[in-house]
Amino acid sequence: MMLEVDGVGFGYPSHPVLEEVSFSVRSEEFIAILGPNGVGKTTLLRCLNALLRPGAGSVLLEDRDVLAMSRPEIAREMAYVSQRNQPMRMTVFDSVLLGRRPHMGFDVSSRDLAVTEGILRRLNLSDLALRYVDEMSGGEVQKVAIARALVQEPRILLLDEPTSSLDLKNQLEILTLVRDVVRDHGVAALMTMHDLNLALRFADRFILMKGGAIHAAGGREVVTAETIRNVYDVPVTVEQCCGFPVVVPCV
Amino acid sequence: MHIDLQAGPVASRYAGYLRGKRLFLAACLVVLLALACVSISVGSVTIPVAEVVATLVAGRPGDASTIIWNIRLPRVLAACVAGAGLAIAGGVMQSVLRNPLSSPYTLGISHAAGFGAAVAISLLGAGTVSAHIADSVVVRNPYLVTICAFVAAMVATGALLAISRTRSSQPEVMILVGVALAALFTAGTTFLQYFSSADQVAAIVFWTFGDVGRASWPDVALLTAVVLPCMAWFLLNRWNYNALDAGDDTARSLGVHAERVRVTGMLLSSLITAVVVSFLGIIGFIGLLGPHMVRRLIGDDQRFLLPGSFLVGAIILLVSDTLARIVLAPIVLPVGILTAFFGAPLFLYLIVRGYRR
Repeated sequence: MMLEVDGVGFGYPSHPVLEEVSFSVRSEEFIAILGPNGVGKTTLLRCLNALLRPGAGSVLLEDRDVLAMSRPEIAREMAYVSQRNQPMRMTVFDSVLLGRRPHMGFDVSSRDLAVTEGILRRLNLSDLALRYVDEMSGGEVQKVAIARALVQEPRILLLDEPTSSLDLKNQLEILTLVRDVVRDHGVAALMTMHDLNLALRFADRFILMKGGAIHAAGGREVVTAETIRNVYDVPVTVEQCCGFPVVVPCV
Repeated sequence: MHIDLQAGPVASRYAGYLRGKRLFLAACLVVLLALACVSISVGSVTIPVAEVVATLVAGRPGDASTIIWNIRLPRVLAACVAGAGLAIAGGVMQSVLRNPLSSPYTLGISHAAGFGAAVAISLLGAGTVSAHIADSVVVRNPYLVTICAFVAAMVATGALLAISRTRSSQPEVMILVGVALAALFTAGTTFLQYFSSADQVAAIVFWTFGDVGRASWPDVALLTAVVLPCMAWFLLNRWNYNALDAGDDTARSLGVHAERVRVTGMLLSSLITAVVVSFLGIIGFIGLLGPHMVRRLIGDDQRFLLPGSFLVGAIILLVSDTLARIVLAPIVLPVGILTAFFGAPLFLYLIVRGYRR
């Protein structure tokens, strides 16, 4: 196993957020973390790379305790894309090059430049390389954020609802990109999502959360009408369409 | 993770783009040097620029040499170092607080430093206050003045950092906090003035105007000894500031110790402010003008924004001081008045236009 999450708990003085969360992640695996707002999805993601310090449990990256690793060490293994990315008055190239920070010495190396160019080419951003990020659309800004995460050369990608504010075309483009990166580069991706149908279309495994704990986890078979009703408190049916399960609300 | 590492046309286009930025910095340096020569040449006695250059480069002796080395050069260097220092302090504050309206002046740190310096001078005997406007305050113990100014600046900085962590740390809120801090420390300075004689009040008021003409060679040396190492530290952290610009979570996930970078950035910016205020009084708006002019021209990339702010800040204060000496000659205006004339409209413009860092 690449990442072992064991009994992770997190809470604020007023209320607990996560309780006894345990699961494992293999390489080349795309995991969708699902659940209603406020259930602790983002908190879980932020506990995995120690942006938040869990109050209980452990996170092991190939037997190394992530919480005992330094920030740059974690950054060389795990990349994080937050839900909202501040568009900066920097070019796309500079903004993506920033992702090399954990690998940089005093200055940018030729390898840093080459990796950045490689990722820009991979994400079809080469033509936009010298455009300012704050002049770009929401979808392009999100792609830049993902490109920045990829130039970290991480083994694990943590993505917090990267498609939540995007139109359908951009959502599909981002999800296809993440799936391809997972398959082609041996990376594991954990993504919090709200769109169950897109999750079913792209992810390999699913973690459904309820009340700060894992309600169900596994392959597509766990995303049933019953689990969805239990987690979201909404009646649904799950039908087949184009070879994929599709969640249809019964309202 | 395997990535195709073939460098290609994008990297070479990018190299050309970086050359443009380096050219901008080189042009700023040339302009600064030229302006410095012009600034040395003008005054009550006009010295031809050629003679200024000959005196500085070849060490030609004479009356002009005495004026240049003893009066004009310390003044010009003080303007350059103080302008550069205030501009990088403002640039770093804008970055670490992620607030485009931040600067030593707008956040009240200059006023705090001014209060600390006034305490050292009037209560702790670190300076002499006299009734002579031309020599209103003589700092006899610059270290004590700087330490007091720094301590007061740190009290203001601590308050700002604490408030910046709360959810209500919108740019407007931070500026209102700056207004409150400035009012508080100005009240403290006024309190000191209340117990002074009329002559001393006049002298302290004059001192707080901000004037680079009062700098002596030892003052310039101490200013430089603080500003240059701080600049070196800021440059070492240029990528960390870029990461902070992308947001705290992004910065930390890129391996940056966000809080440590923020606190050291604010500490060193406050130190620069404290030293400048101790020796030259309160000079406003350079910390806003410098970085924002550079941002408009070459963007937010701190690799170029920091050295650009350093040079443009020096240019702004040097031009302001030169104008202050010639616009109403033979009266020499305190430079703080001119920087406020330039800076206040910019501040209003940033607010009206909808600021963007």
